[in-house]
Amino acid sequence: MHQLLPYIPAFPILGFLVLSLFGRKLSKPVIATIGAGTVCLSALITIILGFSFLQTEPPGGVYDQLLWSWFSVGNLSVDIDLRVDALTLVFIFIITFVGALIHIYSAFFMWHDGDYARFFASMNLFVCSMLLLVMADNLVLMYLGWEGVGLCSYLLIGFWYEVPSNCRAANKAFLITRIGDTALLIGLFLLFKEVGTLNISGILHQAPDQFATGSSNIVLITILLLAGGMGKSAQLPLQTWLPDAMAGPSPVSALIHAATMVTAGVYLIARMHVLFQLSPVTMVIIAIIGALTLFVAGCSALAQTDIKRILAYSTISQIGYMFLALGVGAWSAAIFHFFTHAFFKALLFLAAGVVIEALHHEHNIFMMGGLRKRMPVVFITFLAGAAALSALPLVSAGFFSKDAILWYSFSAANGNPLLWLMALAGAFITALYTTRLMLVVFWGETRTPVHRQPGQGMVIPLVVLAFLSVTAGFIEWPHNMLHLTLFSAHVQKVLPETLLKTTLPSESLFQLIAALVTLAGVFLGYILYYGKPGIRWQQSPALAGIREFLFGGWKFDQLYNFLFVKPFVFITRINKSDVIDKMYNGIAQAGLRLNSWFSVSQNGSLRLYIVGVLAGILFIITLQLLL
Amino acid sequence: MILVWMIVVLLAGGVLCWLVAQRNQLICRWIALIAVVTAFSIPLGWYLRFKPVVTAGNNWLIDYQANWIPAYGISFHLAMDGLSFVLILLTFLLGTLAVLCSWNEIRERTGFYFFNLLWTLAGIAGVFVAMDLFLFYFFWEVMLVPMYFLIAIYGDFNRRYAAYKFFLFTQTGGLLMLLSILAMYFIHGQQSGNYSFDYFTLLNTTLNDTAARWIMLGFLIAFVIKLPMVPLHNWLPDAHSEAPTAGSLILAGLLLKTGAYGIIRFVLPMFPQASAGIGWLAMLLGVIGIVYGALLAFAQTDLKRLIAYTSVSHMGFVLLGVFAFREIALQGVVMQLLTHGISTGALFVMAGMLKERLHTRDIDQMGGMWTAMPHMGAIGMLFVMASLGLPFLGNFVAEFLVLISTFDVSPVLTVIASVGLVLSALYSLRIMQKVFLGQLQTVTQPPADLSAREWVIVAALTVAIVFLGLYPQPVIDMVGGVVTGIVRS
Repeated sequence: MHQLLPYIPAFPILGFLVLSLFGRKLSKPVIATIGAGTVCLSALITIILGFSFLQTEPPGGVYDQLLWSWFSVGNLSVDIDLRVDALTLVFIFIITFVGALIHIYSAFFMWHDGDYARFFASMNLFVCSMLLLVMADNLVLMYLGWEGVGLCSYLLIGFWYEVPSNCRAANKAFLITRIGDTALLIGLFLLFKEVGTLNISGILHQAPDQFATGSSNIVLITILLLAGGMGKSAQLPLQTWLPDAMAGPSPVSALIHAATMVTAGVYLIARMHVLFQLSPVTMVIIAIIGALTLFVAGCSALAQTDIKRILAYSTISQIGYMFLALGVGAWSAAIFHFFTHAFFKALLFLAAGVVIEALHHEHNIFMMGGLRKRMPVVFITFLAGAAALSALPLVSAGFFSKDAILWYSFSAANGNPLLWLMALAGAFITALYTTRLMLVVFWGETRTPVHRQPGQGMVIPLVVLAFLSVTAGFIEWPHNMLHLTLFSAHVQKVLPETLLKTTLPSESLFQLIAALVTLAGVFLGYILYYGKPGIRWQQSPALAGIREFLFGGWKFDQLYNFLFVKPFVFITRINKSDVIDKMYNGIAQAGLRLNSWFSVSQNGSLRLYIVGVLAGILFIITLQLLL
Repeated sequence: MILVWMIVVLLAGGVLCWLVAQRNQLICRWIALIAVVTAFSIPLGWYLRFKPVVTAGNNWLIDYQANWIPAYGISFHLAMDGLSFVLILLTFLLGTLAVLCSWNEIRERTGFYFFNLLWTLAGIAGVFVAMDLFLFYFFWEVMLVPMYFLIAIYGDFNRRYAAYKFFLFTQTGGLLMLLSILAMYFIHGQQSGNYSFDYFTLLNTTLNDTAARWIMLGFLIAFVIKLPMVPLHNWLPDAHSEAPTAGSLILAGLLLKTGAYGIIRFVLPMFPQASAGIGWLAMLLGVIGIVYGALLAFAQTDLKRLIAYTSVSHMGFVLLGVFAFREIALQGVVMQLLTHGISTGALFVMAGMLKERLHTRDIDQMGGMWTAMPHMGAIGMLFVMASLGLPFLGNFVAEFLVLISTFDVSPVLTVIASVGLVLSALYSLRIMQKVFLGQLQTVTQPPADLSAREWVIVAALTVAIVFLGLYPQPVIDMVGGVVTGIVRS
């Protein structure tokens, strides 16, 4: 089975090569077949691999395939080596399976775009990079995937590069994640210095012997890795790029900025969990960052009017939940939320793409309305996604994963009532903004006419994802309801079990509270937005300030602009012509000046020369007489 | 003997070009191309035929020695080890491309142009294989003077200023180096009675600390001016931006490398203690170069000047890595020499192609070129990404090796150098945005995409940079012996 591993990333890279070299000469059906077909093949192989893994677990729980030695100098040896264990399997399944659905959708969605081949080339390259990221056996190869997905994200955010704001968004995404990446890279240097290898299993194996729990080195290493994860996963304070990243086409937002790439940070932390367990401080920081992020981003989502920006903020917020779970040591709950989130958030973005297309590229939800009757399929699927996002009890996948996180944020050994309260507030806000989104877009009166209905090719992925958004949660039930924990049993082959506090209140009580809070959020949304297009309370001046503050994402952009961008631009501007050059030009100027002084003396006047000669003789004679 | 042939072919080819050009310019171009391809095929063919393996103990693949001026202990001594070999290959690869990219650009005094181009290449090749210090100095000048003419005659508006500046900076360094060579010659002669300029003989000179420090500084200053090191870099932006495309390609791709080569070949082995003594200072200056060059690159609006400052930044990694005195770092430095030569060379070639089409180097007047020239846009993206150090392209391997190894020596400097990676993203994306992205400016006629000749150039560079990014091991093995030899001493 392990011989199959290279084919999973190989097909997409093949697609990329063909499309980027010959894409302009190929017809659109051929491009679509290559672009989507390669990813479908990868998905197929992944599913075969997954079945084989689940039936008979490979020795050590790992499929491993060495391709070639990348570079090897002294004691540093880095291979191109692929490795799939239970954790990776979850990720490659999501990447290829959801990826394949999104590619099929894109084949229709992008049909009228002039740069069809470039789109699919970038998407294929993305899938390959993302697969390398999660399949890498060592951290350098993982970093290759890590940067590769960053590049593709940049290429695809700026896909419509003729609009300057899209390019700015792409640059912003690349640069902010690059800051995190550089921290990650420094983390690798430190890790190599301390452990002497960059092989993941080697590090995980040696770390407990190498580092004392909470020693300064391990804290530093984990903080640096965390910074990398925060950049890619858009966590506070590096979250500002993700809302702007919505400038890309909707399938890109679904695949890269919801389902896969932005969860790379979650993967990194889960993958290196041994290190993080050795550093309790970092765990606390992760939990706090997650809790803050989910709250901050959730509040921002409340005030947005652009349908994709609402979803973007909700993505940041949901990844905040994953970070919170990681921070309290609820490893499998975090991965489970990643799993369900990939389905429902991809669904929401794809459905939003359909809506935007149908309404002549209208992004503002207050210009939509009344779509329930006119786009029934989209309505039903969107409803399934929205239910999962707001975690409606029992009928949505989101409930099962988010409920576990809420429970563990209180009950896990690292848990804390404050974290739980934040998460609960987040759940309320999520339900509120999701209800707002649903009601404003699908109920009420028609404001923009529908000009095109989605084709079959776009509807099928929506339906599949909607089905999964409802049912994917059923593989993992809370302990007090049903003893069915397939998912956590699977990932706990790699990840440790969640440690709980010794004395615990009733889990059922907590579930009840969570469910009530969610329903309360939905209810409040209903009161505020149902059938009220010109909502009165929004116009009150007292709230306008808050609304504006939240709309601007808590003004992080302005802050960074003031703190970093402006000083940087200022410094580089004033030194554009290089001060050091002034020094050399000064030397040259001085030389010229001397020259002009002395050349005055060389004026061809014989009398002056004779005076000079005599003066010289006089001077020498005087000197000799005196000495 | 093949080492002699490859230099002679270039020198003779240059003279022939000059002679033929009055009759027929096309033949002159072809002669230049054939000469440089022949020179390329000599070491390449030798490698494919003998498949030399570097064994422990003896790094020298080829050694050729003949008497030149025996009275003064000057011999015609050429030798090649793994380091020289990879740099020779780089020289002829970029040399071939330089001839190709001047094909249509140069229309006046073609003969003299190609004469200078080939002689510069011969000088560079000679520098990489000369093992007699007198001969080394000779080749050092041979590469300098024709380059001066290339800039001064065939350059842009401000070419005279740039050429003077280039010449003065380099010549100042050259003179210091000459003094140091003579000092070595006499000190060794007095000690042993054997007056010789031979590298291997002088390598065993025992010097007292003061003498070693001063002589080393003479060499070092000459080499770091070439590298260049901040604050001795000011010749570079002017020379690079004013030179014709092939000139910029050779300057950035090869001339800078001679500085790094000189440090690795001469400064470290001949003065191990003295160079260790200033190691921290050199590393600091390297890091300053990385950051300072990147800041300046970000501010430029002249495309070639921008790329020139990125060279200053990238060469900072060389200085940082060399003076870490670590095997991994030195391997990274050699990789950086190759990959920077290729990637920055490619960017200069691209700037040249843009200038041929748009008649400007001002990036504020460009924009939207991807729409007009999608192929060039894609290639531009690739090399911009190479320059910001994206993995799977060669530059990443180089910078990664340098940084991971210097981290062991000085974490603080390494962290500051890593900030350079963020800055490199800033200026690289700016190139992309200003030149290729955005709305196509209203020009009367959209510029044509890559021609067949240009495809050959960019394809060769692309293959090289991707190969070095994914499978750098052959190069690492090739220079392994040299590197371990230096680190051990």
